[in-house]
Amino acid sequence: MDFKGSDTIPGPRTEDHLPHTAQAAVKIVIVGGFGVGKTTMVGSVSEIRPLTTEETMTQAGIGVDDNFGSETKTATTVAMDFGRISITDQLVLYLFGTPGQERFWFLWNGLFEGALGAVVLIDTRRLEVSFDVIGRLEERGVPFVVAVNSFPDGPRYPIPELRTALDLADEIPIIECDARRRASSRDVLMTLLRFLHSLARAKARA
Amino acid sequence: MVAGPDGERADIDLVTLIVARADPPPSATPEQAAMLRLCTAPISVAELSAYLSLPFSVVTVLLTELLAAELVQARAPIVRQALPDRSLLEAVMHGLQRL
Repeated sequence: MDFKGSDTIPGPRTEDHLPHTAQAAVKIVIVGGFGVGKTTMVGSVSEIRPLTTEETMTQAGIGVDDNFGSETKTATTVAMDFGRISITDQLVLYLFGTPGQERFWFLWNGLFEGALGAVVLIDTRRLEVSFDVIGRLEERGVPFVVAVNSFPDGPRYPIPELRTALDLADEIPIIECDARRRASSRDVLMTLLRFLHSLARAKARA
Repeated sequence: MVAGPDGERADIDLVTLIVARADPPPSATPEQAAMLRLCTAPISVAELSAYLSLPFSVVTVLLTELLAAELVQARAPIVRQALPDRSLLEAVMHGLQRL
């Protein structure tokens, strides 16, 4: 373990401390391919500068997926960026960005455990990553919405076409966003929360 | 402690909030002392991992020792049951609207 000397460890800035009243936290996961804008989205709504937690792909990861092969003989470090939004004095929301490619699914066990839900962030230039992610979330029973990050050079598809291309059920929200903008990223999170709320309401009626 | 390959529940989550209960004792290792200094105010396990530049799995091991020694307190995350509580969702929505 390459532990830095305790004198050199930077801690949170005083203004980044949570209040002592903070009692509990919830989390939302933003999942998508590399370069799709996960960290941008986390950063645009986070009250702290996005931080990075790392996990090493070790023996624990092998066997989770059939696709792990000889390339995992050497340990690989996978970084997850995350941010934080204080909801009340007692409640804190954390947002985690995680890569969507199948070889990183070993990260998902602890990550999606107890998460409120997920945002699948999509780049229309590379839709293929999204198919597997959506299938996997459905298998795990994680509620999610789909957000299409607008890239200036990305092809524009009408939402109904994207819904068909992604084979997305009618009830699952899909919206366009600009992950660089706080208001737009917040709208994506609100869309997820409203969707979760509608699921909870439907469950209460059932 | 840590979620195993078959996905059993972890006692320590990335968003478990950790608070120090005491100053680092003289017997604390450098890692334990650094961690205790970071959690004088509530802080998530993910943030501890980020500031210490240690993987989540290593942080959970260190925290297990500190919890056993009663040097820190863990505030468990609210986990999604089959579906989250509506009042919780409403609280999060209100919080987001203020952004």
